[in-house]
Amino acid sequence: MAQMNLLQAINNALDTVMAENDRAVCFGEDVGHFGGVFRATSGLQDKYGKNRCFNTPLVEQGVIGFANGLAAQGSTPIAEIQFADYIFPAFDQIVNESAKFRYRSGNEFDVGKLTIRTPYGGGIAGGLYHSQSPEAYFAHTPGLKVVVPRNPYQAKGLLLASIRDDNPVVFFEPKRLYRASVGEVPEEDYQLPLGKAEVVQQGSDITLLAWGAQMEIVEKAAELASADGISCEIIDLRTILPWDIETVANSVTKTGRFVVSQEAPLTAGFASEIAATIQQECFLHLEAPIARVCGMDTPYPLALEKEYVADHLKIYEAIKNSMTY
Amino acid sequence: MNTDIYNESPVVHQPAFIDGHSVEIPILKILKQDGSIYENAIMPEIDQELATKTYKTLAFHRVLDERMVAAQRQGRISFYMAALGEEAASVGGAAGLKDQDMIMAQYREQGALMFRGFSLENFMNQMFSNEQDLGKGRQMPIHYGSNELNYMTISSPLGTQIPQAAGYAYGQKMQGLDAVTICYFGEGAASEGDFHAGLNMAAVHQSPVIFFCRNNGYAISTPSDEQYMGNGIASRGVGYGMKTLRIDGNDILAVIAAVQLAREYAVKEGKPVLIEAMSYRLGAHSTSDDPSGYRTREEEAKWQEHDPILRMKNWMLAQGWWDEAQETTLFEKLRDEVLAAVKVSEKIDKPPVEDLITDVYDQAPPLLQSQFEQLKEHIKKYPDAYPFTAGRIK
Repeated sequence: MAQMNLLQAINNALDTVMAENDRAVCFGEDVGHFGGVFRATSGLQDKYGKNRCFNTPLVEQGVIGFANGLAAQGSTPIAEIQFADYIFPAFDQIVNESAKFRYRSGNEFDVGKLTIRTPYGGGIAGGLYHSQSPEAYFAHTPGLKVVVPRNPYQAKGLLLASIRDDNPVVFFEPKRLYRASVGEVPEEDYQLPLGKAEVVQQGSDITLLAWGAQMEIVEKAAELASADGISCEIIDLRTILPWDIETVANSVTKTGRFVVSQEAPLTAGFASEIAATIQQECFLHLEAPIARVCGMDTPYPLALEKEYVADHLKIYEAIKNSMTY
Repeated sequence: MNTDIYNESPVVHQPAFIDGHSVEIPILKILKQDGSIYENAIMPEIDQELATKTYKTLAFHRVLDERMVAAQRQGRISFYMAALGEEAASVGGAAGLKDQDMIMAQYREQGALMFRGFSLENFMNQMFSNEQDLGKGRQMPIHYGSNELNYMTISSPLGTQIPQAAGYAYGQKMQGLDAVTICYFGEGAASEGDFHAGLNMAAVHQSPVIFFCRNNGYAISTPSDEQYMGNGIASRGVGYGMKTLRIDGNDILAVIAAVQLAREYAVKEGKPVLIEAMSYRLGAHSTSDDPSGYRTREEEAKWQEHDPILRMKNWMLAQGWWDEAQETTLFEKLRDEVLAAVKVSEKIDKPPVEDLITDVYDQAPPLLQSQFEQLKEHIKKYPDAYPFTAGRIK
């Protein structure tokens, strides 16, 4: 075990894969010698050479198009989009190409070896274009897997699993936690399962669900509720697509109350999909309406970020409302 | 580095524009329409065997296109795209490559797949979306693909294969293979952002790709003079710092020569090449299109005089490698075979209902599996509404 922040855990996972698989290639804007604007690929070019870790021109659709071709050829591309806010020029390559490559060819070809890493989320005074959480756009696309880790240990294990998974994965990294989140991470190789949520705290009164950086906000709200004598069960969804209905439904069946929280705006966010499914699965067990605590339906603000976000107090209020419904 | 440009550009002291058309681009022609060779022309590497295979592929292409357009008119298939008048670009491209080279096509390059040996049955089964289609009946007609023949499955969105070709070829080079990727697209698709993305990525990362533009004059109804203002597509190769060649796309020998040269360069230097083949789409864009609404018969008639297949036939006759009796026999045989294959393929069952959920992922996730179970129960409840699958549900 070693103390690592989330960036170091990502870097360690990339290093692990590049050491074992000489067809693994890391690339993106400023990814090469500089090691990425956040330094996630730091040192990899020195270690594995310019052919395997390199800068690309500033063209996101080119980065992902190139990655699709490499994956179809049998290489293991790990492409970085510098900020999730800038993934949209590559939307066509991801949604129409990566996601449909295997299906449309009848399994003659696939891009299962593709992994797209991208920092997402707010809390860094990034305003509209350095703060977005666009996971729901990709969750609407069969053929993709969408993964979001909450801490360094999860980041390494989930990233290794994503890279080795035989399906294209969009891996959202909570950039607010890149340096803020520090924890024990095994130096050896390990994987955490995709498509499986994790119950991070057992409880009996209400189920709280989130993913990525929103997990620590939810945990903070649960502490406030605990002081009021409310026992919260907390679940990290970890994989947005395909998501683990069973773990969430079992918990809500037990507690009868459910709050789901996401950073992204409320309307048509992934929390809405979860709410619809859970009301169907747990209808007769619900003691209160399912609550979604989300970003507001506005672009991501700058000066008024504190007011906009789904903070621990808004979640705490939703918990109390649910308990007293 | 921009420092080099700063220090090494010729210096002027009065502002003077460079004209957008100042790069003069010659067009390579080897074979005349009458079957004779231009003086001083350098021939591609081609012997009687390759020439005969190439010509037979062209003939097959023309017959299949004619018959399948007719089959669409009869309502037997939903859609078709012919390559009338520009068959030399795809067939000649494949003839200039090696079998291990990847072909990433747009959609009008079935000729390259024919050259590689995709069977008539495979073409038919794809067009009829039946259970023997390699693509499992998932894509509209003409979206062929074959892993075995190194022909990437066609994708409808235009130009997406261009940056993919840059990545595919980069992988080939990383592995040290004696292989390149040829990437076909039209002059219309060259307006897509993916064109810029792909050519720039290939140039910067030195991918051995042959970018092959079929400039056939039209993107559905839009003529090329409403598509771009520069000197064709070839002029852009210069901008990307790429070796570039413009050829007569209806001259099969020029196509083969250009692709052979490009392949040799791409493998040896590990860099991309851009070829622009000037041609004309004599047919409609697809069976859903009618060109009489946007161009004249006179214009079409002028290009009919440049028929690439007749041009190659004239050369084959002049070489003594072909005669009229062989011609008649070949075309009759091909027409009979195509008609017979239509009759077989249209009777083959649709894919099983399981193919709805396979290949979305390597394994269907639990939610998709439960949707599938629900669907099967639903079909069993209303079997008459789902006649293709109701009788085959396990």
